[in-house]
Order: sequence, then C-alpha cells, then structure tokens
Amino acid sequence: MRPITQLSKALVATAAAVATLAAFSASADAEETIKVGVLHSLSGTMAISETTLKDTVLMLIEEQNAAGGLLGKQLEAVVVDPASNWPLFAEKARELLDLQQVAVVFGCWTSVSRKSVLPVFEELNGLLFYPVQYEGEESSKNVFYTGAAPNQQAIPAVDYLMNELGAERWVLAGTDYVYPRTTNKILEAYLRAKGVADEDIMINYTPFGHSDWQSIVSDIKKFGSAGKKTAVVSTINGDANVPFYKELGNQGIAAEDIPVIAFSVGEEELSGIDTGPLVGHLAAWNYFMSVPADVNDDFIDEWLAFIDDEDRVTNDPMEAHYIGFKMWVEAVEKAGTTDATAVQDAIIGVTVPNLSGGMATMLANHHITKPVLIGEIQDDGQFDIVWETPDLVPGDAWSDFLPGSMDIEADWVELKCGNYNTKTKECSGQNYE
Amino acid sequence: MARLLNHERGGWILLAVLAVLAVVVPVANLAVPADSVFHVSTYTVTLLGKYLCYAMLAVALDLVWGYCGILSLGHGAFFALGGYAMGMYLMRQIGDRGVYGHPELPDFMVFLNWDALPWYWYGFDQFWFAMLMVALVPGLLAFVFGWLAFRSRVTGVYLSIMTQALTYALMLAFFRNEMGFGGNNGLTDFKDILGANLQADSTRAVLFVVTALALALAYLFCRLVVTSKLGRVMTAMRDAEDRTRFIGYRVERFQLAVFTASAVLAGIAGALYVPQVGIINPSEFQPLNSIELVVWVAVGGRGTLYGAALGAGVVNYAKTVLTGTLPEVWLFALGALFVLVTLALPKGIVGLWRRRQQSRRNLAHA
Amino acid sequence: MGARRLFSAWRFLIATPLFLLAPTTVALAAEDAVVQAAVDALNTRSFDDKRIAATELAAIDDPRAAVVLEALLAGELFTERGSGRLVIATLVDEAAGPRAGYALRDAVTDEDLGETGRRGARRVTVNNALRRYLRGLVAGMRLRDADPGNRIAAVRAVADAADPDLGSLLRERLVVETESDVRDAIVTALTVFDLDSADEATRLAAIAASHGNLDGTVRMKLTALASDDPDAGPVHSEAVRTAAKDALAGIERTVARFQTVETILFGLSLGSILVLAAIGLSITFGVMGVINMAHGELIMLGAYTTYVVQTLMPGALEYSIIVAIPAAFVVSGLVGIAIERGVIRFLYGRPLETLLATFGVSLILQQAVRSIFSPLNRAVATPEWMSGSWEIVSGLSFTYNRLYTLIFAGLVFMALLVILQRTRLGLEVRATMQNRSMARAMGIKSARVDALTFGLGAGIAGVAGVALSQLTNVGPNLGQGYIVDSFLVVVFGGVGNLWGTLVAGLSLGVVNKFLEPVTGAVVAKIIVLVFIILFIQKRPRGLFPQKGRAAEA
Repeated sequence: MRPITQLSKALVATAAAVATLAAFSASADAEETIKVGVLHSLSGTMAISETTLKDTVLMLIEEQNAAGGLLGKQLEAVVVDPASNWPLFAEKARELLDLQQVAVVFGCWTSVSRKSVLPVFEELNGLLFYPVQYEGEESSKNVFYTGAAPNQQAIPAVDYLMNELGAERWVLAGTDYVYPRTTNKILEAYLRAKGVADEDIMINYTPFGHSDWQSIVSDIKKFGSAGKKTAVVSTINGDANVPFYKELGNQGIAAEDIPVIAFSVGEEELSGIDTGPLVGHLAAWNYFMSVPADVNDDFIDEWLAFIDDEDRVTNDPMEAHYIGFKMWVEAVEKAGTTDATAVQDAIIGVTVPNLSGGMATMLANHHITKPVLIGEIQDDGQFDIVWETPDLVPGDAWSDFLPGSMDIEADWVELKCGNYNTKTKECSGQNYE
Repeated sequence: MARLLNHERGGWILLAVLAVLAVVVPVANLAVPADSVFHVSTYTVTLLGKYLCYAMLAVALDLVWGYCGILSLGHGAFFALGGYAMGMYLMRQIGDRGVYGHPELPDFMVFLNWDALPWYWYGFDQFWFAMLMVALVPGLLAFVFGWLAFRSRVTGVYLSIMTQALTYALMLAFFRNEMGFGGNNGLTDFKDILGANLQADSTRAVLFVVTALALALAYLFCRLVVTSKLGRVMTAMRDAEDRTRFIGYRVERFQLAVFTASAVLAGIAGALYVPQVGIINPSEFQPLNSIELVVWVAVGGRGTLYGAALGAGVVNYAKTVLTGTLPEVWLFALGALFVLVTLALPKGIVGLWRRRQQSRRNLAHA
Repeated sequence: MGARRLFSAWRFLIATPLFLLAPTTVALAAEDAVVQAAVDALNTRSFDDKRIAATELAAIDDPRAAVVLEALLAGELFTERGSGRLVIATLVDEAAGPRAGYALRDAVTDEDLGETGRRGARRVTVNNALRRYLRGLVAGMRLRDADPGNRIAAVRAVADAADPDLGSLLRERLVVETESDVRDAIVTALTVFDLDSADEATRLAAIAASHGNLDGTVRMKLTALASDDPDAGPVHSEAVRTAAKDALAGIERTVARFQTVETILFGLSLGSILVLAAIGLSITFGVMGVINMAHGELIMLGAYTTYVVQTLMPGALEYSIIVAIPAAFVVSGLVGIAIERGVIRFLYGRPLETLLATFGVSLILQQAVRSIFSPLNRAVATPEWMSGSWEIVSGLSFTYNRLYTLIFAGLVFMALLVILQRTRLGLEVRATMQNRSMARAMGIKSARVDALTFGLGAGIAGVAGVALSQLTNVGPNLGQGYIVDSFLVVVFGGVGNLWGTLVAGLSLGVVNKFLEPVTGAVVAKIIVLVFIILFIQKRPRGLFPQKGRAAEA
C-alpha cells in the first residue's frame, strides 16, 4: 500500500515543480518593449573579453532609448550568462529566443560558442550579431558577422609585412583551435601563391593558456637568424600572449628584428599587461582606439562616461557591435517590424558609419565592408596606426585560398544560400530548406 | 523490484517522479497549446533532459564512491567519451548535408584538408556500432585503468589524483586538432538521429522519455548491485579494505568490476546528453567538471543512489537560475554550498531529511 | 612649410641665448637655422620623409642633432598642439603615466615650455623599419663620442643594425680612430660587412674571421655564401663556398652543443616553477593529508598581492618585488590559516571531504578576486633587473626572470627544509604528523600546529604567486592552471617528502623540455601525464616513499 501513497505524493510534487518551471518560462511580458538579448560570458575564462561587450550593448541600448527608442517602443536588454560553457551557450540562446522572445541577440566570442548556438538560431529563426574576427567558412541566414573575415585581417597583414617590411620568412604561431588553424591554412596557401618556399614557413601550435614559451621562442630566434627577414604572424589567443611577449623581450628579440603581428591582441588585452616588451610589435584590426576620427572621439567619450572609468579602453569587437547595432536599428526601421525574416531582407545593403570615419555596408553574404589597419603597440597600451588599406575590404565568407571552399559562395539575395557551390550549381548543407 | 526497493522510500519517489516526468512533460510540450499555463516549452524539455543525464552520471559515480569508497575525479571523462561516441554517430548521419557537401567527411575534416576518414571513424555510421562503442570505450578505459590501479593497490587520495590526471590528459588530447575529433570546437551541428530530425519537438520528447527510462534503469541496476551479495562485499571493502582482503575476497576484482560498470553507465549518460544539448567538445573533460560532479553527489547524499540524482538536479537547477538572475553571485553561492554541505550536512540533503524523519518518529514514540 | 621654417629660424634667432653671447653670430645663426630646419622636417606623416629628414639631421655635426634623434628613438619627440613646434616631452609623473601630462622643452633650443595635459602634445611616430635605422644613425653619431667606451658600444650597435650604408661609417671612423680597443671592435664589426665585399680575398679573410661567431647576421651571410642554388642568389666561387661551408659547420656544431645545454636550462626553469607551485602543497597535502583544492587560489592571491604592492609603491618598482615576497607570504598564509580554522579542522581524517570543501573555497576566492579587481588581467610590471637575458657565452643565454625564479625556488626550498628540520615548529609539525595522539600526549598543542602548518603551506603558495606574476598573467584563473600539475608533482615525488617534490618537479620539467621539440608542447605534456599514471601503478607511493607507519595513515 505504502508505495501508492508515495506515488501520489510524488505526482503532486512533480506536477507542482513542472508548473513552477512553466510559470518561470511564461514570464514573458506583453509587447510593450522590444527585447534585445545579450549572450556574453560574464564568468569563467571568457569573461575577461566578453564582459566589455555586454556593457557596450547596454550602452548602445541606453543611447537608442534616449533618442526615442525604436518603432515608438523602448528597447529592453535581456542579459544572460553562459559562463564560458559551450553547451550552456546553446541553452541560453534557446532561453532568449524561446522564452524571452527577444527580437535580436548580440553575442558570442569564441568560434565554438557560435557553432554551439548556430543550430538553435536556425531552428527558431533568430538573429545573431557576432562581433569577433573569425575563421570564415560560414554564412548562416540567421547570423550577421560584423567582425573580420580572414581576408579582412590576415591577408592584408601579411601583405604589409611582405611589401612594407620586406619579410621573406614566416613563422605562423597559433593556439591550437579552429581560428588559428584555418587562418594559418589560408596564409600558408597565400604565401605559397606568392612564391614563398616551404622551408621559409614555420608553423607552430600551442594549447590554450600556454605559459612556457622558452623553447618555442628560442626556435623562432633560430629560425629568424637563418637568413632572410623574418616575421611572426601570431594567432595566439588571450592569456598565452603575455608570457609569449615577455619571453620574446627577455630573449632579446626586438620588434625591429623579428616583428610579430597579432590578430587577437587589442587595447583591452594590452590594458592587463606590462606593455614594455611589446612596444613596436604589430596588430592588425579594423579599428583602433587611436583612430583619428570625430565619430570615434564621441564614441570614446560616451563609453568612458557610461562605464565611469577614465582608464577603460575601446577595441575592435566593440566597434563591431556598434556597427551591428546601428545596422539592426536601421534595418528594423526600414522593415517597419522586428520580425526576423523581414529584418534579414531589409538589412542587406544597409550602410552605417563605422568608427574610423568611413562607412560599413552589410553585404549579401552577411559580412560587412571594413578598412584594415595595422598598428604598432606603444608603451601606453595604445596603437600607432602605421598603415591602412586604401579602400574598404568586403568580407569574404569562403576563402579563395582553401581548396574546399574556393568554389563556394554565399549570397542571401540572389542565391538565397550561404554555401552555394559554383561548380555543382548546388546549395548544400545546413542552410538549404 | 519490490525487493530491490525494500525500505527505500527515496527510491520509490525517484521512480515515481521519473514516471510522471516521462508522461507529463512530453504531453505538456506537444499536446498543450503554447499559450496555456500548462504548456512546457522546448527549452524546459531540453533543460530537464540535461538534468536527467547529469543525474544518471551522479548515480554512476555514487555507485563507486558511495558504495566502494573509490573517489573518481575522472568520471567526467567516461561521460565525455560516451558523448563523443554518440557525437561521431550523429556527425556521420549528416552525410553530404554538411556545408561543403562532402559525402563522407565531417565539415571540420574538409576544413583542415583531410582527404580520407581516419580509421577510428569507421563503423560509426551504424547506430548499433556507435551504441556498442558508447559502452565499450569508457568501459574498456575504466577496465584497463582500474586493472592497473587496483592491482597495485593504488587507492584513496592517490587514485583520485590519478583519475584526475587521466581526464586532464584526455582533455589535452581531444583539444588537439590532429586527433580528428574536431579540436576545441568538438562535434556539433547535428541533423538527425535514426532518421528523426533532432530539431523536431517530437524527437526531443522521445529523447527525454528515453533518458528518464535510462535513469530509472540505471538506478535499478545500481540497486541490484548494492543489494546483492556483491553489494555487501563492496560495503565491507569501503569500510575495511584490509579486513575484507584477509577474509579471502579478491578486493581488486570487485573494485574493478564496479568501476567498469560505473564507467559504462557514465558513458551512456553522456551519449544521451549529446543529442539533447547539441554539442560535445573537450571542455567536458575538464577536471573541474568532474569535481563538480562529486559535489552533486555530496550535496544529494553520498551512499544513497536517489540522493545522488537529487543532488545533480538541485545543484544544476540552482546554477540555471543563478546564472540567469545573479551572474556575479552564483560562484559565491556555489562555493558556499559546497563548504556548508561538507561541514554541516555530511550526508547531504538526504541525510538531513532522514534526520528529520527520525526525530519526528522519536517524537511520535514519546 | 617653407614659411614656417623661416619663421622658426627667426624665432630661434631671437630666442637663443647663444645668439646674444656669441661673437660670430652670423655663422652660428646660420647653423642653428640649418639644425632647426632639419628638425622641423621630421614633422611629417610619411615614414619615408622622416627617414630622409633624420639622415640629413645626422649629417649635421652638432650635438643637438644627436639629442633630437635620440628623443625620436625613445618616443620622446612630440609636436606641441597648436603651434606644431617640435618639443621633447617627458612625463611629469613617471608613475602616473601620461595621465598626469608632459613637461615640454623645445627640441632645439631646450627652452622650457612648461607642462601640458595628456592631449596637449602628439608623439612623432616611428615604425619598426625607421626605429632600426635610427638606432644605427644614432650609433653612427656616437662613434664621434669622446668616451672610448661609448664608442665601442656604438660600434656594436652599428654592426647590429647591419645596414650597408652604416658600414661606411665604420670604415670612415677606422681611418681617424686612435684608441686600439675601439679599432679592434671596428675591425671585428667590419668582418660582418666584409662578407659582402666584392673583393674575394677580403671576403675569404672575413669568412676565416667569422669562425665561431654565433651572430645571426653572420650565419645568414655565410649560408648565402655557401649556397650553390642559383635561384637563391649569386653563386660564389668554389673557394668561397667551401670556406663558408667550413665555417658554418663549425658554428652548427657549437650551436647543437649549446642547444642541449639550453634545453636543460629550459627544463630546470620549467621544473623550478612546478616545484614552487607544488612545494606548498607538499606540506598541506603531503604532511597534513589535506587535499587543498584552493591551493591554486592561494598562489593567485600571492600574485595579486604583488600587484597591490606595486600599485602602492609606484616610485619603487625595482624593490616592490622584494617587498611583495613577505607580503604575499603573510596574505596567503593568513587566508590559509582562516581556511584551516574555518573549514578544514572539522574535516581531519576525511581527506576526500577536505577536497570538496576547499573546492568550494577556491570558487569563492576566485569570484572574490573577480569582484574586487575585475575579471580583467592585472598588469604587473617586471623590474629592470629581471628583464633581458644573461649571456653565458656568445650564443648561449638564459633569461634573467627564469634565472631568478630558479634561484628563488632553490631558496624557498632550503628555507622550508630549515624550518621543518631545525626549528621548534618544524619539530612539532613532524611529531604531530607522525603520531598525533602521541604528540598531544607530549604536550604539543596540535590545533595550533595544524593551523601554523597549513598557514606555512599557504604562505609558500603565496610566495610562488610572486614568482608567477613575473612569468604569466595575473588574473582570476591563474591558480587553476597549476593545481593539477602540483598534485601530480607531489604524488610523483612521494607524498610527505620535500626532496621528492624537488626531484619530481625538476625532472618532469627537463623531460618535458626534451620531448617538446620532438612531439610538440601538447603531446609532450600528455606523454608526461601518462608516464606518471603508469609510474604510480608501478610504485604507488611515488619516487621516494615515506617509510614506516606514517605512510599507511
């Protein structure tokens, strides 16, 4: 008999628990505000980089609300913390789209977090603005890539080293994950195409957070002393950079001898380290805090006031969110609705000012046009811009230098496809319906 | 079954809860209209499904820790290996629907210019083979590791640290892109399982029911083990290993058998986890995850199988709520919870509940 | 531009006190005007124009030219906002950085122009190519310095710049140089340039002279000379090629020998970090049997203490590290004692539960640091005496921060040994650990000893944090990276054995470094881990097992 009463008790309890969960989930308000999701890690290893982006979006929302909101409604930020945990990213993305019914999401930093949420955005037809430079090889109907594709960062950087500094020998050093792997594949193919011999390219991968650089730096030193002018293209990620540059400095490799150009070292990263050993090394971005433009000065002033800390800096992914946010606002106004499909159509071709004094246009492949800037690190943690591309570079989703992706094109206007194979004339894979 | 659950009210409750969930949740998700108060969103379904997988993992750990006294800090590795086996099957199911349209190779291999499938990916296009591997790979690893360790009587703290080293080494290995498991990005973007679309609500509901069922079976299996004669030997080993040995039991064989069985259960939990969360990547191997898992069991109540399941549910629910509402505070809360549980509740929530029952009974007698 | 130059020259004529004092005013004024014009030409956006201007300036035999070029090189040459005149700017407050503003002096007249705010002046930018060239130029000017020591340094600098244009400077100097030491330095430096000589005899002589020279430039030139590949460059005569190959082979042999030594040094250095991180643990874990998962966070606290100490004493960067060592010991030690009194003392005899509780503590400490200092990494500066490397012989060097870490690890180890073997506390600690009830019966206050022992282990962890702050990032996740490794080192070495920890840490470091070139960093680490796992199966009590009863506890 006993088990039966147990069972009925448990039944009631479970029903109550499920109801609580359901109530928790049904707390979405009526349509008085437009909800904007913010999906950036606020704890865990990625919090270092992503917290700033959360604040940037909040600032942009506040600014938009002060200017009268959007479509006559106020914007409301919905901030969640995926805690640098990749499955959690997918879960939180579903929470934002399904439970909170947000109109748009600004979020993600690492490639894996984007890959993790991608199926969720495609299933629920959401909008994601992704603000970080990445490896390309992707174009989803639901994602807008406001960071740089490899052709907007890596290739111009190598051109600069080759043409301006006369580099002939190359070290491609990176953290072992997909962005450095792909970038280095592209660069290797590009360098070969430019006639660089195999023995003049050294490729090295290290794990995340690698801290003992003695042997590798010593190898780079030897590689660099074997002859021609050597340059290091670094796709080393985050925390591993400080010990790397320290070791370079201590082993006596000066920027004049072997310049290092980095794709993941920006103002925010520099603000956490002693910049002494880094002075003179390079970084390639699409924006620097030191860009001389009025719109940039205004942005910096607004940011410093918002965050209430004179020492904070601005960086490239922040600019990407700035551009993405302005584009979304303009597309919503153009479409007259926040409906995802309408916005996807409306946003193509939208042009908004970027922070370096030019304009950014959303292309049919969901990437944007950007200038490429090369900066030299200064001892105050800022960059001196030493070179920039004469024109804007349109982002290319599928690299022209990788055998697998040469024939693939992304076009959401004519072809309605993110990966159209020009040889087989087919749209394959995840994006076909 | 009744014999298995003799004097085990918590067990009855666990099974009842699972039965209710397995019926109510899919119905409330699929049949109840979305605007009804009783509708359960797909978000909640996947979330509950995830909790159930964690609960199963916790039950597996409790079997070795609670009943054998072997504290494994590497159970996350078995979970992840099971997950990878399932992930490999799901990857193969994508077929030519990957972004590059390659008929055989997963996208990340095309991406890195691989031209052929590595040998260890063969067979994973067959569901039965993948399911076999889900059990076999973690089981075999646990068997080999356990055989080496228990034979030379590496126990206690040493064993814990060695299992931690094991999962750490696996994490480093799986992070490497050369390994052919997708490196840091892991395996993701799954399409369907056994021909059913993974994005469909009905598939999720079925997966949820299967997970609830698997947890119930895992629980019953563990009960079977601990209430059998083997279970009594296990308890004897936990409490006085040397004495058990002197009585004539080959302690290391029992330990090895239970450790392996537990690893298989963890692998199955991982395999159910992956299609529901949609991604498996090397961070699942992180030593921290395995430690957290131990904490779930401790919070629920070590040595009571249903308590382990309860602990997994409670801690993860708290985590979900706190990361949503108070992201700055949740680590404080989690940390404080661990300290308090070990200091004040050595037997976990279940112990607290039992103590209350006990005192109530005493009152009734008085 | 022209008008402005004229204006500047005029201003200069008025302003300079020299003008008023000197009798040959016209001639001087003319020279001043030339200097001023050359300096002003530096104010251009184009790096090519800057290079031309710098070359012209260097050609003027005037001390002020050297001053301006050096300022340009050091990043101290600015243009004043508004007037656009070139000034030399120095930070008003060294510690506060540019926020406190700059003190400006006219670049040519040295006139004091007062102070200005952060944005009151704009730096004249220099890129890498230009910086390298300037270094050579300045060195070229220093060749005329009165002090022979400075001249030798300048010769070396010119040789390092390896610009063929500058080679001629050395040759010119050789003609007029009288000091023999300086002449020798010039001749050695010139061999580098002579390798490019068109004259075969000079070239062969230069090759002969470069035997044993490990300089990168020399090797690169020799490689080019030895090459018989017409695509890579001109093919040289048989004699030159053979001589070059000979010289190269000798150099390669030396390099290979040095490489082995270097790998051992790298390994010892990596090992010393492992030892530092693990040695605190070998007390709390090895001696007390507490699995302290918060050990990594105690290291992190030490690193943050270094940061705070540096922030508190901005003027004395060089000594802040020294001050930070005891500070970190005290901070981490006190936190450790708090953990012991608050949590661990209730859990003695239940090692696995200390693991859970201290894991909770580690989460709290991490989040606390994140809340107090922000999740961003903190910048800990490296003092001058820890930067750069110690050149043991030419071609073999060891970076100072690694060297000091190695020495430091040794000192910490010795200190700990002394404490445990030679002091009253150490005696009590050992007694308590060997037989707690007996020790208590002998009148040892075991609670006090426990707290102090844990505090000692924690304090050592803090000290390790000071060392790590010089090698890696100071952030909330610092500790996590070391916890697994530390436990493995202690277990591998043998729990409860300090010497074991030392040997285990150092040997794992060296093995790792020898594997790394063959297998890559990740696989090397995996191999080491698997090795330890297998080793422990073979010898469950580690390298140096503790003997006797205590081991069974």
